[in-house]
Amino acid sequence: MTDLQIPPTPAPDNLVLSPVKQSGLGDQMKAGLDAPICLTWELTYACNLQCVHCLSSSGRRDPRELSTAEAEAVIDELERMQVFYINIGGGEPTIRPDFWHLVEYAVDHGVGVKFSTNGSQIDAAVAEKLAGMDYVDVQISIDGADADTNDAVRGEGSFATAVRAMEHLHDAGFGEFKISVVMTRHNIPQVDEFKAMADKYDAQLRLTRFRPSGRGADSWHELHPTDQQQRDLYHWLLGRDDVLTGDSFFHLSALGEALPGLNLCGAGRVVCLIDPLGDVYACPFVLHDEFLAGSVRDTGGFQKVWQESDLFRELREPQSAGACASCGHFDACQGGCMAAKFFTGIPLDGPDPECVLGHGEPLVAAADQALRPVGQDHSRPTPVKFLGRK
Amino acid sequence: MDFDATRAYRLHERVALRPEPFGALAYHYGNRRLNFLRAPELVTLVETLADHDTPRAAFDAAGIESRRWPSFEKALASLAASDFLVAA
Amino acid sequence: MIQEGTMEPTDIEENTTAANAVVETNAVVDTTELVEEELLVEEISIDGMCGVY
Repeated sequence: MTDLQIPPTPAPDNLVLSPVKQSGLGDQMKAGLDAPICLTWELTYACNLQCVHCLSSSGRRDPRELSTAEAEAVIDELERMQVFYINIGGGEPTIRPDFWHLVEYAVDHGVGVKFSTNGSQIDAAVAEKLAGMDYVDVQISIDGADADTNDAVRGEGSFATAVRAMEHLHDAGFGEFKISVVMTRHNIPQVDEFKAMADKYDAQLRLTRFRPSGRGADSWHELHPTDQQQRDLYHWLLGRDDVLTGDSFFHLSALGEALPGLNLCGAGRVVCLIDPLGDVYACPFVLHDEFLAGSVRDTGGFQKVWQESDLFRELREPQSAGACASCGHFDACQGGCMAAKFFTGIPLDGPDPECVLGHGEPLVAAADQALRPVGQDHSRPTPVKFLGRK
Repeated sequence: MDFDATRAYRLHERVALRPEPFGALAYHYGNRRLNFLRAPELVTLVETLADHDTPRAAFDAAGIESRRWPSFEKALASLAASDFLVAA
Repeated sequence: MIQEGTMEPTDIEENTTAANAVVETNAVVDTTELVEEELLVEEISIDGMCGVY
């Protein structure tokens, strides 16, 4: 009788890999995680500047701010949940008296920190201290490559202040701090100069999207990029893997190859915002009751809000394409940014106001701007107007 | 570092591994890189790599089918390239 | 791709499936096999999540 002989299993060295399409990481991320990957924590609404387009409408400290002990309790939770990294912002976080204590507390508890600042508190001594700290990154905010352009948005002297901070950090050997810019009609033409500035100070450039959030709503129509500028910016960013974007331009993916990043709205899925009062919002660009998930002061703390709030559960459901269903680009752009839609008064299941195919424009034009939603406002009483370039 | 399938590896001490339904998130506190490990078997492997003389010994011990070894080797190589794995 | 070798003579009582068996002989068998690649590790920048400024 002849035995049936089965050919031997090929040894691994005989295996040739053929590429296979597999489900995108994005799809898994949209369903949400048990803990954020990272998050923004606005420590205070107090600010020593009054930037025209401030996303958090900051200025005045809110008396209901979290105490130091409450903030430490939040950090303890973040440690337990293994949140790797937080971006501390505000307002101007460095003017909170316990700022340094909280930064050190966070890194001592396994949570990496990047803080966003206007640089006003970073003198030579502070820069030296920062250079000696592990797990702490610094992000300096500017909105123009020269004083004219920058100060028109951030106030007289703010450019000089920011540059001084950069010089101190550079001289102290801090390493690659970040220079972060919100891209507007007036500074998109300056991209090469921003890059040169970052190179000069051994910093990493970060360009982010201007959203009609906070005080940004008041000047969005004048300041947001033109269609051509969006395309120019997209093409400038392509291939520049050394320039960060915070994935804030995923709505531009409809133009072609996606920029680096998860390419999706992370709000309530992989990131969120904790505000100075301990309120938890889907992201920093939607400081409005509509996107308020709960409070760290509620029973169960931050973890319960992240894992069980109605808002976040809703955001983690599959989202329908809505009005964008018939557009072939929806898979790439996902219908864009919900904050941008919400604060321009257009439907959340519709196109992004800056949809690269122009589908958003007519909706923005048709929306009654007097009726558009207005979020939390901690602006100082003195009205701020966009000054225009000198 | 260049991946050498004939030597033992271990997870870098500054890497945090956070289990997820899809596998795990891996974050390197030193170089701030973030990797998504997209299979639970890969997570087990990464955790037990140091117990074995070579990656293939670890694959075997973890019961991974040999036709999948090339994909797993590629995965370990990319983790080594971003300093998530170092020589044991 | 597995190459068929020379078939050995079989008994009449053998099950007909024996006729379909591929039998190893001294012929060289090419065991290279195409397998699907799985992308098991994906790197995304910690800055690559929208909703953090």
